[in-house]
Amino acid sequence: MLKRNFLGFAAAALMALGLGGPVAAQDDFIIVQSTTSTQNSGLFDYILPMFADKTGIEVRVVAVGTGQAIKNARNGDGDVLFVHAKPAEEKFVADGEGVSRADVMFNDFVIVGPDSDPAEVGGMSDVVAAMTRIAEAKAPFASRGDDSGTHKAELSLWDEAGVDVAAASGDWYRETGSGMGATLNTGTGMDAYIMTDRATWISFGNKGDYKILVEGDDKLFNQYGIILVNPEKHPNVKAELGQQFIDWVLSEEGQNAIASFKVDGQQLFFPNADKV
Amino acid sequence: MHDGAPIPAREMQEDEDVPLLAARGLGFSAGGQRLIDDIDLDIRSGSRTVIMGANGTGKSLLLRLLHGLISPTEGRVLWCGGPLDKAARHEQAMVFQRPVMMRRSVAANLRFALSARGIRGAERAAREAEAIASARLEHLVNRPARVLSGGEQQRLAVARALACAPRLLFLDEPTASLDPASTHAIEQIIDNAHARGVTIVLVTHDAGQARRMGEDLIFLDAGRVVESGPIAQVLDAPQSGAARAWLGGRLFLDTSPRNQT
Amino acid sequence: MESFSTILAEAFGLILSGDQAVIDIILLSLRVTLTAVGLACLIGLPLGALVGAFRFPLRTAVIVTMNTMMGLPPVVVGLVVYLMLSAAGPLGPLALLYTATAMIIAQTILVTPIVAALTRQVIEDLHGEYAEQFASLGVGPVRRIRALLWDARYSLLTVALAGFGRAAAEVGAVIIVGGNINHVTRVMTTTIALETSKGNLQLALALGLVLLTIAVVVNGLVYAIRGSAARAAYA
Repeated sequence: MLKRNFLGFAAAALMALGLGGPVAAQDDFIIVQSTTSTQNSGLFDYILPMFADKTGIEVRVVAVGTGQAIKNARNGDGDVLFVHAKPAEEKFVADGEGVSRADVMFNDFVIVGPDSDPAEVGGMSDVVAAMTRIAEAKAPFASRGDDSGTHKAELSLWDEAGVDVAAASGDWYRETGSGMGATLNTGTGMDAYIMTDRATWISFGNKGDYKILVEGDDKLFNQYGIILVNPEKHPNVKAELGQQFIDWVLSEEGQNAIASFKVDGQQLFFPNADKV
Repeated sequence: MHDGAPIPAREMQEDEDVPLLAARGLGFSAGGQRLIDDIDLDIRSGSRTVIMGANGTGKSLLLRLLHGLISPTEGRVLWCGGPLDKAARHEQAMVFQRPVMMRRSVAANLRFALSARGIRGAERAAREAEAIASARLEHLVNRPARVLSGGEQQRLAVARALACAPRLLFLDEPTASLDPASTHAIEQIIDNAHARGVTIVLVTHDAGQARRMGEDLIFLDAGRVVESGPIAQVLDAPQSGAARAWLGGRLFLDTSPRNQT
Repeated sequence: MESFSTILAEAFGLILSGDQAVIDIILLSLRVTLTAVGLACLIGLPLGALVGAFRFPLRTAVIVTMNTMMGLPPVVVGLVVYLMLSAAGPLGPLALLYTATAMIIAQTILVTPIVAALTRQVIEDLHGEYAEQFASLGVGPVRRIRALLWDARYSLLTVALAGFGRAAAEVGAVIIVGGNINHVTRVMTTTIALETSKGNLQLALALGLVLLTIAVVVNGLVYAIRGSAARAAYA
């Protein structure tokens, strides 16, 4: 008797929780490979319901670093790529992995640091000069180190400053190998300077005594692009639904939605799609 | 489990002269030591045989060889003149010195044993009830067997073995750790079984129990049978030095290594 | 950083508020983890019992492998499952990547070795006690395994709990194969990781307390089952 109860319980538990359970039954969904900055800032939570209301299409966002997002898309694991590393995106399209690339919006990178500002870069608007000064002071600098869009942008700036960060790795230059949020948590923990996109910074909840020290340089411009993964290369891609999403994001309605997204009264992303 | 060597079929199964159980040149060696050494013995159907000997002389090992739990390294065990195969072992049962109580109720312990022997349905229920009555465990039927007292556990173990309706029952010091009342109860159950025709092979250290329970006695020393015969004869007038020494309680002065456990 | 009592209050607020998003995340976590543990038990209990109760060639190698696999890094399991389920992988056509099923698969792989290895130990000990009685009764292999699993059931509940603990606490595997997609594959641990990366440390910690509370409830339930079953056995 006891045995039957035991097995029955196990079977019932399995069935109740099992594979047969509802897994968002509708098939009208697409997967967007995107970045942590768009996700963590809350942009997607803001605009996706608008798109779903209009089209009935559910957008499932996988938020990883840009490098990882592109790799996943190369495997065909996603219908749309929505990231911020223009050269890598253009290569993705050139390789035949994506159909075409369109600009969506931009924001900018900033360099944040502790109030004490050991390298005295506060208020500078020449980012290359500021980074040179940080390197000379050997002040701690926390880098994403994860091949993300932010990481790529940061590396090109070091390059321009003529600083060999690889040589300083583990010394004052610290690669966290993590997402933007994790890097901010780690960096603030060790009083390091950090380059971050403004959107993530504004919505970041653990700022401590940190503030934006360097901003406003054209070189800190951060462009987001959107690409339909090539259905000819990856037959599982939901090209039609994906294209609908891209069209909406680039439309006046989508662009307005992006522009109206604010955190603490501040606009985080600035739409700049080419008006078609 | 048992020796796979070719053994003549049981053509003489019904012959009165063929012993129920026999050992021929039985030996068992392990780690370079001969623990059972060239034993020949016959157990007649319906007999009561007691095996005695000092600790470490191989009594328990001999019982396991005779029951087929361990394969001999030399010689063989015969059941009704034939091989000791699985069917033969199903006609035997064994009670261990420390009763093996499964983690389930008294009744479920009985049911498991009966099911393992292929007994089911009404027959199983009848035998279960009979075994519980014979062990006087009616008030404890649904108790977990492992919370029973030592005496109750051993009563259950003997009743469980007998419920399988064996022709031969091995008992390995079944009362070694029991008080006199429990010992008496166990002996009574064994007596009743013997009265119903079950052949008994009992290992004991207790000379009094040997006299009460046995007809024939086999005395082991260092893995060999050093003396055997009617029980009173061996106990009253032991011929071998080992038996004399042990019965005289002088074992404890004997420091030769082979008598160490 | 807020004080711990504020965080505690926030945690209970989260549970008591009945916020649908939080409830969904909790339910999905339970579904994924309990299903994975259930599947791991279906595979691991008989497997562990077989290895525990029988002797066969290379048995030691099997045991060492099982024990080693108890320490499989979740990220590695996640990666392997990702490569299998990816559209470019061998199981791509099943379209399971970024679904709850993918998370169940990954966690099943993670938990099965734990269940199997611990079961092996439990069953081996019990079999040591039962072996002679089984041999004397002539118990066949199937009945042996069933009897050992049944008689060890209370110890094996603890084994299942160890598997549950592992699955409920891991984030590395589910975040890779599930993608932490809001309303689809977002579970407790990936939410905690996400909120931490957003710098919402007190919310992350509050969610951690919710997870801990669930673990306490599950453990308590199992303990109650054990207790009532044991009482029933004495009745």
